[in-house]
Amino acid sequence: MMWNEKEETMPRSELQALQLKRLQALVERVYAKVPYYCQKMKDAGVTPGDIKELADIKRLPFTTKEDLRKNYPFGLFTVSMDEVVRVHASSGTTGKPTVVGYTRADIKLWAGLMARTLSAAGATSKDIIQNAYGYGLFTGGLGAHYGAEELGAAVVPVSGGQTKRQITLMRDFGSTVLLSTPSYALNIAEVMADMGVNPADLPLRVGVFGAEPWSENMRAELENKLQVKAIDIYGLSEVIGPGVATECIEAQHGLHIFEDHFLPEIVDPDTFEPLPVGDRGELVFTTLTKEAFPVIRYRTKDIASLNDEPCACGRTFMRIPKITGRTDDMLIIRGVNVFPSQIEQVLMNVEGVEPHYQIIVDRQGSMDTMEVQVEVSETVFSDKIKNLEKLNKRIQGDIKDLIGSSCKISLVEPKTIRRSEGKAQRVIDKRPKK
Amino acid sequence: MQVQQIAIFLENRSGRLADISALLARENINIRAMSLADTADFGILRLVVDDTEKAKTALKDNGFTTGITDIIAVQVADQPGGLDSILQVVKKARLDVEYMYAFTQKSGELGILLFRFDDLEAAIKALRLGGVKILPGEEVHGL
Repeated sequence: MMWNEKEETMPRSELQALQLKRLQALVERVYAKVPYYCQKMKDAGVTPGDIKELADIKRLPFTTKEDLRKNYPFGLFTVSMDEVVRVHASSGTTGKPTVVGYTRADIKLWAGLMARTLSAAGATSKDIIQNAYGYGLFTGGLGAHYGAEELGAAVVPVSGGQTKRQITLMRDFGSTVLLSTPSYALNIAEVMADMGVNPADLPLRVGVFGAEPWSENMRAELENKLQVKAIDIYGLSEVIGPGVATECIEAQHGLHIFEDHFLPEIVDPDTFEPLPVGDRGELVFTTLTKEAFPVIRYRTKDIASLNDEPCACGRTFMRIPKITGRTDDMLIIRGVNVFPSQIEQVLMNVEGVEPHYQIIVDRQGSMDTMEVQVEVSETVFSDKIKNLEKLNKRIQGDIKDLIGSSCKISLVEPKTIRRSEGKAQRVIDKRPKK
Repeated sequence: MQVQQIAIFLENRSGRLADISALLARENINIRAMSLADTADFGILRLVVDDTEKAKTALKDNGFTTGITDIIAVQVADQPGGLDSILQVVKKARLDVEYMYAFTQKSGELGILLFRFDDLEAAIKALRLGGVKILPGEEVHGL
């Protein structure tokens, strides 16, 4: 299903012409309005007139989270606060929060993009959409809310948390679509089982899960436990929030980037040179149409590749694979790169192991240590020590095979790992900060 | 019916065993026999109780992971050589013992050995053949 077929199936040549026109206008605007961008462009020896074709984008300087922090809170806005109707901010756990702003037109644009996203997931105006993304400074809650309203669906704005009430409402209202983080969806499934609610008896049919990287194994788990089609969506607050890219329900294979509004690039993570379609590298976005807070060549730190093959759904937008880890989430354990999603992939391949886990990283002397806590469910439990030790060794071996680094597996009692109500905290890093 | 044993997964955390004993006390469940197997990281508590179903439900409701296994109770004279007479039969029949524990019923009279065998049926057959008295589950749970 498509929200706006004409835009979403635009021939690539037409799309590229539109992108160029929008890019040129954007560069002119930020050059004139934002002293910081203007200076950066001058330092790089580039003026708006130099952007003659899409490939010229490589002449523009990148924008990073650091640039956003330096201009905290509103330094990179292109409009006065008079025109801004809303701000959102990141949690700021790793430093100053990054603040983003929206004009009235930006909010309208965002709602339309989220309506596209929900349509791609198979939702229509007939659906009852339960929005369990957190409402507040986080872009997830309000972003999804406005999109679901734009779509014309009945929105249940429950936000995250109060899981039992969440399930009661889902049953009583007959919610057909659930919007949440994948880790919170898993929590909902578990509490549902505890309450004796069988998801097969509920009208719920689609889950739209984002704001966290999640694995294919997690998809199988969520689809099975909640009896839904699980759709992955992608976005980040610096670009707009949710509504940057989405899977389609037809293929569930790769996320279509809304390229008429966000121009993607893949760059070499070391040299920052643009890479051709198909190559893996860091995903970079330029917002083509946002007013209050546009970004030019924003480095997402997500590793991806672009796929321009035609898709079953008919969209002409290129796809990125499921993002399995942001470089921000990447752990470096004794020099080896480890993504929490890799650990998840291993655990979920072991039959009976619950998808709740926590990674604890510490340092002993000069040596990094990694401990993975795994809950012992009834399915994997045994009265024989040797069976549990076998399980322990198997997980340890599988992790070592995948990441090449050994770790300690701790079997813990059920429900002792804290359940997510939004973004899951998979990693506790106790290593002293440099 | 054989003896039903409840095995409970325990993290090595102080006070965890007392949590279980308090729970069973509250539920008025009597423990017939117990053994605790431990490794550096976790333990498995194995219990034979008077009401297995009730204990399992109470433990599950309180968040413990449990498993129920059939084990064999064997009667033996509480005197020197008692254990040996049984183990010689076990050895001769080449039965693999996963683990065992024992308790006495009235000191000096009767010992009861609880065995966890890999192959329950084969073990029952071999023990009977060797003239060993296997106690019915009802008797052990209701002692």
